[in-house]
Amino acid sequence: MSNTLGTDPADSRQSQGTPRVGDAAESASPAPPRAAARRRSRAKMRLEIAALSAPALVLFLTFVIFPVVLAAYYGFYRWKGYGEPTDWVGLNNYKLILGDPAFQDVLQHNGLILVLSLLIQGPLAIALALLLNQRIRGRSVIRVLIFVPYIISEVIVGTGWSLMLQSNGAVNDLLRQIGLGALEADWLSDPDLALWTLMAIISWKYIGFAVILMLAGLQSIPDELFEAAQIDGASYWQIQRRITLPLLGPTIRIWAFLSIIGSLQLFDLVYIIWGQYVSGTAGTSTMAIYMLAQGRNAGNYGYGSAVAVVMFLISLIVALIYQRFLLRRDLRGAVTEGTV
Amino acid sequence: MSATTATSRIPSAAGPEAPAGRRDSRDKPQKWGSPFTYFVALLFIGVCIAPVLYIVIGGFRTNSQISSSPAALPDPWVVSNYVNVLKSTVFWGEFANSLIVALVSTIGIVVLGLMVSFVIARYDFKLKGAMYSLFAAGLMFPMVIAITPLYLVIKDLGLVDNLLGVIIPQIAFGLPVTVIILVPFLRAIPNEIEEAAAIDGASRLGFFFRMVIPLSLPGVVTVGILAFLGSWNNYVLPLFILNSQANFTLPLGVQAFSSQYSTDTAKVLAFTSLAMLPALIFFSVFEKRIVGGLTGAVKG
Repeated sequence: MSNTLGTDPADSRQSQGTPRVGDAAESASPAPPRAAARRRSRAKMRLEIAALSAPALVLFLTFVIFPVVLAAYYGFYRWKGYGEPTDWVGLNNYKLILGDPAFQDVLQHNGLILVLSLLIQGPLAIALALLLNQRIRGRSVIRVLIFVPYIISEVIVGTGWSLMLQSNGAVNDLLRQIGLGALEADWLSDPDLALWTLMAIISWKYIGFAVILMLAGLQSIPDELFEAAQIDGASYWQIQRRITLPLLGPTIRIWAFLSIIGSLQLFDLVYIIWGQYVSGTAGTSTMAIYMLAQGRNAGNYGYGSAVAVVMFLISLIVALIYQRFLLRRDLRGAVTEGTV
Repeated sequence: MSATTATSRIPSAAGPEAPAGRRDSRDKPQKWGSPFTYFVALLFIGVCIAPVLYIVIGGFRTNSQISSSPAALPDPWVVSNYVNVLKSTVFWGEFANSLIVALVSTIGIVVLGLMVSFVIARYDFKLKGAMYSLFAAGLMFPMVIAITPLYLVIKDLGLVDNLLGVIIPQIAFGLPVTVIILVPFLRAIPNEIEEAAAIDGASRLGFFFRMVIPLSLPGVVTVGILAFLGSWNNYVLPLFILNSQANFTLPLGVQAFSSQYSTDTAKVLAFTSLAMLPALIFFSVFEKRIVGGLTGAVKG
């Protein structure tokens, strides 16, 4: 696969280019230094394209694309991970996955996390970005500080929050001290609460990224537009609704896309805070947790691969639908900008 | 829970206040914004920073302090937790592993990414659109989804429990973001510069080394920072690939440490805050580049 991609473009280029260069050389043989140089560079170009792109393509295809293909293959077998898979089970793994109530649970959790992430972080991030986009003192310091949770690794966030949220941890203690002892709760293991706790941690960790992205989007809107609208007597809310939000659209759509993909593959935080077993009883387990628990940790590599394929297909379908209907305009802009 | 209440509170409160802020700004060109803005900004910063401070400050307390009053300041401050972690070979071994993995991955991502982005941006060939789409599609398939079969591939290559087994896939998975950020950067280099270089006798590759690399440095730095932080914080790949404690990176180390010393909360907090310190320092040094790079990525 890497070969075709590495050399094909150069080949086709060569066959396209040769006659033209040849013509030029024939018709203008006495003064051909530029044509000759161009032919030399054409021949060299093929080599350069191959040499410059081959390492990246080989690595990318081997470690990103090939595993997905491999998962599709293993997914048809009952296989423990040793030797060649021989126990062909057809679509049985997929039937088991889709029929497993535990998988339906995790699918539901992922769906809830996806929707709640968009609904909580989206409006909040836009509101905060609008607010912080004003000319205020210490703006750069603010930006650094709100980005900190995003910079810290999931392991540290998970370890820290699980210590704070224990039933005898800092959060409950703080609630007691400020007189809200009635709100004390078992944040992590109460099945009615755990998913909301997870949403709070997710929002805390990723809102800074959303705000910074929105701020970047706001800054790319020319000031003249706001000035013109103000001169025309538009109110603050009219300006936000008619100018800011539409022009922020591409940024919002790209952020939402990243958030959706992130929600579908959520793993680290849940695995660190709740672990494979508790996340099941607390109601926070995700597809990736299910894949790890039922696949590698249970020694069922065929089944685990099939779960990977299901996750892959769900992400692919969501991504394609999203791109088809929402990102199309943004992407077309990017692509045309590139070809012109 | 807190997030939902915050959602409902802030927009409703912003209603009456925000227009007032605008009127101010029209009447007199002010340097200080409205107090409301500062209040919300401070609140937001507090929410973002408080848990981090809790971890750092908690490391200066003793276990009896923590268990008697979990949410309080150290009294007295003790440094023994931090000193013990800084004296331990386990921490420094994991630190070194994280550093090696992050540096080699970053170099690999930047070098390979720059090469292939240059081809996509500056050469003219039939499949370059397909090549760009191929890498762009890689954004949709993060490591977690591919981890089970990826582990099998790495096992077949004999790289399990080897730092290379983390580094090489990290380079591969870092390429999509790199290509997406660098291609617009490289395209933006004016053709005139390339022509001028050609007239001066520079080959395409000479142009690449002498002009492209210096001119695309801001993009390269952004990509490098993202790669470094991504590697420093990566958890799922080391979790699958590295088995022996001698090969652990810091995220695995934090997890192992916190389950090994689950009763010694203060020590866990000290270990955790020392493990996040390098990423925070790295970020504060390069903060402008990261935020600036995101701006570029959104525009591009």
